[in-house]
Amino acid sequence: MIRWDWIPGNIGQLAAALADHVVLTGIAVSVGFALSLLLALIIYRRRALYPPIAGVAGILYTIPSLALFAFLVPFTGLSLLTAEIGLVSYTLLILIRNIMAGLDSVAPDIREAAEGMGYTPFQRLVRVELPLATPLIIAGLRIATVTTIGLVMVTALIGEGGLGQVMLRGFNFRNYAAVYAGAAVTVALAIVVDLLLTGLGRLATPWARARGGT
Amino acid sequence: MAAPSAPRASTVEFRHVTKRYDSRAKKTPGAVNDLSLTVPAGKICVLVGPSGCGKTTSLKMVNRLIDPTSGQILIDGVDIMTRDVTELRRSIGYVIQQVGLFPHQTIGENVVTVPRLMGWPKARQRARADELLALVGLEPDSYRDRYPAQLSGGERQRVGVARALAADPPIMLMDEPFGAVDPIVRERLQNEFLRLQEELAKTILFVTHDIDEAIKMGDLVAVLQNGGILAQFGPPEEILARPASDFVARFVGADRGLKRLSLSRVGDLELRPVVTVPVGEDVAEARRRLRDAPIPYLLLVDDQNRPIGWVPDDDIPASGRVTEELAIPMSPLLDRRTTLKDALSMLLDANVQAGIVVDRNRRVESLITVDMIAEWMREGAADEQRVDGVAEPATVDA
Amino acid sequence: MDIVRLVADWFADPARWTGTDGIPNRLIEHVGLSGFVVLVALAIALPVGLYIGHSGRGAIIAIGAANLGRAVPSYALLLMFFPIFGLGFGTAFPALVLLAIPPVLTNTYVGLCDVDRDTVEAARGMGMTEWQLLRIVELPIALPVIVAGARTAAVQVVATATLAALVAGGGLGRYIVDGFALQDDGRLLGGAILVALLALATERLFTLVERRLVSPGLRGAPPPGGPAYEFAGQAPLPVGSAGV
Repeated sequence: MIRWDWIPGNIGQLAAALADHVVLTGIAVSVGFALSLLLALIIYRRRALYPPIAGVAGILYTIPSLALFAFLVPFTGLSLLTAEIGLVSYTLLILIRNIMAGLDSVAPDIREAAEGMGYTPFQRLVRVELPLATPLIIAGLRIATVTTIGLVMVTALIGEGGLGQVMLRGFNFRNYAAVYAGAAVTVALAIVVDLLLTGLGRLATPWARARGGT
Repeated sequence: MAAPSAPRASTVEFRHVTKRYDSRAKKTPGAVNDLSLTVPAGKICVLVGPSGCGKTTSLKMVNRLIDPTSGQILIDGVDIMTRDVTELRRSIGYVIQQVGLFPHQTIGENVVTVPRLMGWPKARQRARADELLALVGLEPDSYRDRYPAQLSGGERQRVGVARALAADPPIMLMDEPFGAVDPIVRERLQNEFLRLQEELAKTILFVTHDIDEAIKMGDLVAVLQNGGILAQFGPPEEILARPASDFVARFVGADRGLKRLSLSRVGDLELRPVVTVPVGEDVAEARRRLRDAPIPYLLLVDDQNRPIGWVPDDDIPASGRVTEELAIPMSPLLDRRTTLKDALSMLLDANVQAGIVVDRNRRVESLITVDMIAEWMREGAADEQRVDGVAEPATVDA
Repeated sequence: MDIVRLVADWFADPARWTGTDGIPNRLIEHVGLSGFVVLVALAIALPVGLYIGHSGRGAIIAIGAANLGRAVPSYALLLMFFPIFGLGFGTAFPALVLLAIPPVLTNTYVGLCDVDRDTVEAARGMGMTEWQLLRIVELPIALPVIVAGARTAAVQVVATATLAALVAGGGLGRYIVDGFALQDDGRLLGGAILVALLALATERLFTLVERRLVSPGLRGAPPPGGPAYEFAGQAPLPVGSAGV
């Protein structure tokens, strides 16, 4: 028997968990993005580093999250840090790949034109290449964020977890309304964030809009 | 399978074929309106016209990749709608611009696609693949086991043609088959294909937007204008000499006179004899021959009668023998098969009046001059005028 | 290092290798469940994906599946099925199958869409029936992408099956869950190592399968290491167990 009436009485709890969830996701994606951007720029300068860096990121990505957290716990305990280290690791592969793909997608003749016009390499990067790489970077952010939202749930097992906590506690106390509510809010969050980021992407690339297509 | 030397070819007839993409508009891109023409067996019919004129649509209606809105298409007198689609398509060779080779199969496997679908025994498939690869100029042992990604554009086109020929179809449909390669390769492919057709004599419907290609390849040319309307249908000579409308004249180009030159060859003209003198000939004899020459130059030849160069009469020494140093090589060498267009071009490039016509062993045959070519063109134009009725009287009673 | 000793001891213990809670048994449970799930998911998603990709109809299903699959975390699926199916296999199985379907479905669809239209037209023009076209041309060409999808699905299933232990299922996840509960670092880490190795081995296995199945004529075409296709149409979704 599912006691759906639990939900109205506990909106506060859901809201708080949602906020936690957003914070956890936000930190992970921001740190992950900063780190990935840095690594991507390093790789951009020295291509030879791409396979090893991508390889490590790939392994991190393949290792099941539970196992990854399990590896971390003996060292960093059941803490926010553990959760964030794990979450950030998962974003690396996606973001690095997409940033690289974005930078690579800039046509060589555009790069040459910029160089010919007297841009320094740094200016070229910031004024020309990164803006043009935006669509793919945003796509990567979308995937990374939605994926992280899902992963944050698993961190409930190590004491964090946002909405995952609600679901886990509900599960342990046979409060299945809480389980479904938590799941529903998580999915809703993922969809909303996905749409927001897509919108952000459109805003950031007015030239694509002008052409009439994405 | 019948021996390859006994070609089978079918007739293709369009009867009032119409294809409308929009019920309200007649002339949407790709539409065809009331197209009627007949392609006799064993001939190449080129459909040519501007983009969107419906030529590709017409082609695709023959193997029913597109079905007409109204009208009929008949092969050997049989309406294609009465035939099973799959069987119809397997009996028609189909070559498209991008070729569409299967990247995951070897060249050999690609070539015998249709025979394999038809269930030929493996050994026969293999033999046929090798036969066809050789036919299109690709060494079977090198190419059979390669993959399409490893071939150049021109090589892939050849494989495409080989694949279309695999089941020895009586009809071939070719949609801009040589469009995706560079001009040098294209010309070679065109020439080789024409040579192949001399052997195979299939009925071929060929689509192109390039009027020069149409004139070169076609036994019959169908000029289409927007809306799939047939502007003119006839042999290339007729299209060039007597365009049926302003549209055709414009499409063919203001240089259609010159284009006609590409349809005739050096051998078509009455050529002039050339006065030659072999190396080592006595000077007096040389002077004697010069008296009969139409131009004040003697052609110096070697002991095989091969040309070395021209000797102007002023340069002939007073005594002694005619030697090689006296000769100035000025003229281009042509053979009887050279088109008049190429001949004229070569003469103009070399900035000379005369070209030397030689045989396959490079031995002198005759002379051709710019004037001769111009005269030939004038005669052709005069024919035109006569037929256009400049001299024809108005209808008078009696 | 203490930790290393702890883990080494855990592995060295002979009791580790026998019985219900022994490594061989847990491994079999895990692989058995994962393998069965993947087969069922393939049996469902492949035909549907092939149909949608070949005919072009119902693309919305493939798109929807991809987006839904991304948005719904696997963990949630497990928890949600629990009230319905109770403990153990009954819950884990449907949740995992639902998890495995989107990557296969999406990749099959996208793989077929990516087949060069000219190649398809040439094949039709030559007189292939629709079924022959699918079987002889479209499927082999789309195979790399399809296998990449199966690989993503398989790795995700192996990873999520770890969590099945939470709903009192078996498998290698038992070690991790129990390790947390009992504060037994040796068990925790030992289990984590086994799970990680299994996931990596699964990925390797599918890469080898791809190499055997895919025609050499298609090599050098993307994707080589095999990112699966992201349906947003832009960035490829990497293989991996994220989402667990």
